Amino acid sequence: MQRILRTALVLGLLTGLSLSLAQVTLTYWQYDFGTRIDAMNQLIEQFNAENPDVIVVQETFPYDAYEQRVAAATAAGQGPDVVQLFYGWVGSWQRAGYIEPLPQEHIDHAWIEEYFIPMVESVKVGGEYFGLPTAVRSLALFYNKDLFRAAGLDPDAPPQTWDEFVEAAKALTVQRGPLFTQIGYGPGGQDHHLIRTVLMNQLGTPPYSADNREVLYGNEIGAEALRTWTDWQLVDEIGVLEFIPGSGGYRDGFINQENIAMIVDGSFAIGQVRNNAQFDWGVTELPTFDNGVQSNFGSFWMNAVTPRAYRDPAVLEASARFITFVTSEEAMQLWLEVVGELPAARSLVGDPELVSDPVNGPFIAGLAYAEATQFVDEAAQRQVMIDAYNRVLLEGMDPAESIMLEAQADQALLDDFDD
Amino acid sequence: MIREPRAKRSSRLSLTQREAIYAYVFLLVPLVFFATIRFYPALQSFRLSLFTWHVDPARRTFVGAQYYQDLLSNPVFHQALTNTLLYAAITVPVSIALGLGIAILLQAVTVGRGWYRAIYFAPYITPAVAIAWVWGWMYNVNFGIFNRIIIEWWDFVEGIGLPWLAIDPQRFLRDPEVALPAVAVVIIWQQLGFQVVIFLAGLQGIPRVFYEAARIDGANPWQLFRHVTIPLLNPVLVFAVVITTINALQLFDQIVNINFTDQGGPLGRTLSIALYMYQEAFSRARLGYAAAVTVVLFLIILVITLVQLRLTQRRVEY
Repeated sequence: MQRILRTALVLGLLTGLSLSLAQVTLTYWQYDFGTRIDAMNQLIEQFNAENPDVIVVQETFPYDAYEQRVAAATAAGQGPDVVQLFYGWVGSWQRAGYIEPLPQEHIDHAWIEEYFIPMVESVKVGGEYFGLPTAVRSLALFYNKDLFRAAGLDPDAPPQTWDEFVEAAKALTVQRGPLFTQIGYGPGGQDHHLIRTVLMNQLGTPPYSADNREVLYGNEIGAEALRTWTDWQLVDEIGVLEFIPGSGGYRDGFINQENIAMIVDGSFAIGQVRNNAQFDWGVTELPTFDNGVQSNFGSFWMNAVTPRAYRDPAVLEASARFITFVTSEEAMQLWLEVVGELPAARSLVGDPELVSDPVNGPFIAGLAYAEATQFVDEAAQRQVMIDAYNRVLLEGMDPAESIMLEAQADQALLDDFDD
Repeated sequence: MIREPRAKRSSRLSLTQREAIYAYVFLLVPLVFFATIRFYPALQSFRLSLFTWHVDPARRTFVGAQYYQDLLSNPVFHQALTNTLLYAAITVPVSIALGLGIAILLQAVTVGRGWYRAIYFAPYITPAVAIAWVWGWMYNVNFGIFNRIIIEWWDFVEGIGLPWLAIDPQRFLRDPEVALPAVAVVIIWQQLGFQVVIFLAGLQGIPRVFYEAARIDGANPWQLFRHVTIPLLNPVLVFAVVITTINALQLFDQIVNINFTDQGGPLGRTLSIALYMYQEAFSRARLGYAAAVTVVLFLIILVITLVQLRLTQRRVEY
């Protein structure tokens, strides 16, 4: 009897072992953000149930330490097989070898271009796609309807043009002596994109050439875009940077302090606003200049494979299967519900329910004319923009001069990257 | 004379030699530890600085001293270097002078000395992130306490009909000229407790008899300080200077967190070398270049520390 038991035990262990040998374990990394982790956990659970030969394990890290962890882990041959990254990091990450192209034998380029909205092409580098998004984001204007009413403005007629925007913001700004107690517009979060992608495109110049080798804004149009934005603070006095300190200060002021009446923010902020704002608020499409040209900045986080996924064909296949799963229409629906970010599939962005939604609608509308500006080095290219407006705001430099300095610095970054 | 029994079975090694061997065997453990987790990575980072960065070593390209040439001609590196030296030039003398002054005053306090010590030490053990946040709010232009006081003062002097006494609100961290000193104040405030405790210990180590003898010889308080306290405190002063300088040269946490949306800003005016290195390494994935920055930072710290030791660590004549 004992012998039988022992044999059974050994057999059981052996089969368990062989099962686990046949199973592929994938490690998935993203940064810490409550709803994103939650959504991904739900997706992983579904995926694991449908794919018994694969086990996906999610690991997350604080945003500030994220790139550091990826660098250290991938260099040591450890870390994720599938990793989430901001689309703007593709340049520096693929150069450093943190990510590899998506395997074409498992993920067909023709399918990508047919299934996803065109914005996704911004992560096609050297003929290879480096990742695919579950969700995309665009910008819109959030405004506090209660503050609109208090200022005698019509809460159902948000500004359509930048002139109307400035007029409304003036009415919404409250000063005490030389200081503000409430501001009409809270700059900070997405303003480098607002200036470089939105305002410049609206004024008629794309910031970069189509091949992304040349900076095109070192001219009067670029200066005009920068001047428009800096005048809001220097001339119109409708807002100020760092009104509320911290990385999400502008949003905090809008949501919690209720002393910022309007912010330009991404669709990723919807969840936070919806869950925390204790007042009547609305969202509207980004205003335009008098020429009526619309523009928007689109962006996304994407799922990519690391060199570690390439260590074994089975792992690579499983990674591709997982990426296909988390970018399926069902996954996008779930992501929209849980995180609040917009779906990345062509088939879903035209969904009438979504388009007519008072909150999602303006973002979806913006998506139609949004562009995901291609960066070779997002961190450095963001810094040159921040420095450009700070030279005007803090040192009194003329926007025309500052934009030329920025264009040169930006061009140097593009040139450096080609080397 | 009793014969030494040990001499009979004496090995080829003397007792001292054997003791030395034992000591080295035991020392080997931390030594190996240090060699693997300190020295080896340090050497590796020097190696890294000679190659372009790629996770696959086979795909790194040798660039020799290219990154060193690049950084020497890079204006941002120059700015970071200047800022870092400025941080040291401000924080080291001020925090040591204040720390020593407070320690001397605390020595005179007999009631509740422990409490005072705890109060001064509290900032030192508070996380840099929390400190940066709180000071970020205090420096805030529209809601910070400093401008609040300025505005209250403004209202007050206008109320009593003396408007020319009013002071304009300050931009603090948003002012390119003021941002670095403003951050330096935070660092001094944070480090003060450390200095106070070190100096208190040092002061207590000075025998009372020296003071008594000097007083009998007619020395005034300044002479006591200048000719008794300072020379006898010299080892502690050297320690404090070296440690504070190294801290200043490695500044990172406070700077990252006090201006979160534009780290090292505005316009790079608060950027330190350590932060610059971090940004190059982990925001831009340029680890080869960043490694070159660390090597240069290491050399700077080495040279400054050696010079300081040479200048300050003179033998004290009693």
